Amino acid sequence: MTLTYYLVLAAILFTIGAVGVLVRRNAIVVFMCVELMLNSVNLTLVTFARATGTLDGQIMAFFVMVVAAAEVVVGLAIIMSIYRTRRSASVDDVNLLKY
Amino acid sequence: MIEAPDLSLAALAPLLFVFGAACIGVLVEAFGPREYRHPVQVAVALLGTVGAFVSTLRLAGTREITAGGALAVDGAALFLQATIAGLGALSLLLFAERSLDPARSAFVTSAAVPVGSPRDRELATSEQVQTEVYPLASFAIGGMMLFVASNDLLIMFVALEVLSLPLYLISGMARRRRLLSQEAAVKYFLLGAFASAFFLYGLALVYGATGSVRLRDIRAAAVADGTDVLLVLGLALLVVGLLFKASVAPFHSWTPDVYQGAPTPVTAFMAACTKVAAFGAILRLLYVAFGTSEWTWRPLIYGIAIVSMVVGAVLGLTQTDLKRMLAYSSIAHAGFLLTGVIGLQADGGGSGLAATMFYLLAYGLTTIGAFAVLTLVRDGDGEAGHLSQWAGLASRSPLTAAVMALFLLALAGIPLTAGFTGKFAVFRAAIESGAWPLAVVALLASAVAAFFYLRVIVLMYFSQPAADGPTVGVPGLPTVIVLAITATTTLALGIVPGAVLDLADRAAIFVG
Repeated sequence: MTLTYYLVLAAILFTIGAVGVLVRRNAIVVFMCVELMLNSVNLTLVTFARATGTLDGQIMAFFVMVVAAAEVVVGLAIIMSIYRTRRSASVDDVNLLKY
Repeated sequence: MIEAPDLSLAALAPLLFVFGAACIGVLVEAFGPREYRHPVQVAVALLGTVGAFVSTLRLAGTREITAGGALAVDGAALFLQATIAGLGALSLLLFAERSLDPARSAFVTSAAVPVGSPRDRELATSEQVQTEVYPLASFAIGGMMLFVASNDLLIMFVALEVLSLPLYLISGMARRRRLLSQEAAVKYFLLGAFASAFFLYGLALVYGATGSVRLRDIRAAAVADGTDVLLVLGLALLVVGLLFKASVAPFHSWTPDVYQGAPTPVTAFMAACTKVAAFGAILRLLYVAFGTSEWTWRPLIYGIAIVSMVVGAVLGLTQTDLKRMLAYSSIAHAGFLLTGVIGLQADGGGSGLAATMFYLLAYGLTTIGAFAVLTLVRDGDGEAGHLSQWAGLASRSPLTAAVMALFLLALAGIPLTAGFTGKFAVFRAAIESGAWPLAVVALLASAVAAFFYLRVIVLMYFSQPAADGPTVGVPGLPTVIVLAITATTTLALGIVPGAVLDLADRAAIFVG
């Protein structure tokens, strides 16, 4: 079984996430796309851990999960607070600050 | 049997002070009686930062790799940690100002209450203050200090998040214009998370290419094969993540919005401390890990420096809001700082590192001062940030106008101010390493940028004040201390910079 497939899959997931952040309009979906990017990184790390025969990559994947969880807490709190005021989570409505 | 990594507590003292203060702050927030919380929280946070500042001074001269190789406590790390702790303490003083706003605080009483709800209107005039900003800011300062000392990409990533997450939150906690503030928080959060995903993917690729995330091992792998595709791609993604934090154009789109929307003391904190931390990490990454493959990144940084200077200077011209103008000024300054990064030679020689560190210190002090003045000029709806409202300020309050003029001249880089010494140092470093075209562009960009700083000064001194113009608040002790320290040091670093330049020069050492 070649490990390249996993790396390519991770790269595709990362790209989908990045494109999603740029084109989607709902803050929650944008945020989910960021999470997809982080998870594709986890897949990359674990694959490389296997390829290089070290455990570091697997341990780093745990770090990434913990940080992603912390990010969810902070991010959802911020999105909730703005949603409760505006009844909308669309990033197009977030347009008071410009130029 | 797993051996515990060596941990030099003495060398980690600055970090322990700040993180200790942050943890105590959380406990005070949970268990302390409400009426005493504010003074206690301010005291705890200030003790943490001042303690960290003093312990970095006591550690001066240390060159040590500790925590199992994950942290490098060297001259550059200590200088930048001292800068962050000092600037952080000044920002905390601005947070603690209670006499300017009629409601006694720049921060919202309860961030969870929806804007415009009956409860929100009730709380708008309440003199209750929430104090969670102090532990959050302490965590952010701790993250920044960890960031500049990290000798390992994973620690760098964790530090990046530790400094970012509290900043996302506190930029959404303004008492007035809450919608703008929440919007700033959302934008900062989404773009910040996006950028840290890039950093993380870069980390994974570098790990794949070299089998390690230690900066020293990466350097060894880069010496063996500096053109490995994975390694170069990883480097590019890591740099994108870091340049985003440093608000360098073209990764700057969040900066004006977040600077304008966030509460002004928080903007001061972000503008000064985050920039120091991000540039500390950029320098360490580029020179400790990728110093030998500099031709893969040097042209890139060269181009980005030019873009950042030009974008900051030109777009700054069109701004009508002072906070936004200072945000574009910060983008232009990020470009000037990158000329200093270019000025560091691969073997660690050249004056680039010392010059960049001095510039960061000078820029941080001046910026905190400028934002502190912004908090003074107010109308009925909070701070008066529009340029037109500053017309004729000198006739209303000569002292405020004079202090603001000093900071603006320093940002423009006029001789006898800290800004001039800093710019001179980074441009000289760039020229010494042969990048004189970059220095020419930087000089032109400074000339363009000087125009919008001087425009504010002209407006303050030579325009008629409007009849219903803003008033200049009487600051309390914290803001007076901040203004006194920043104004004095801005002048001192311009007139007698020798001692600090020498200090930066002696501290300009990376171990790795």
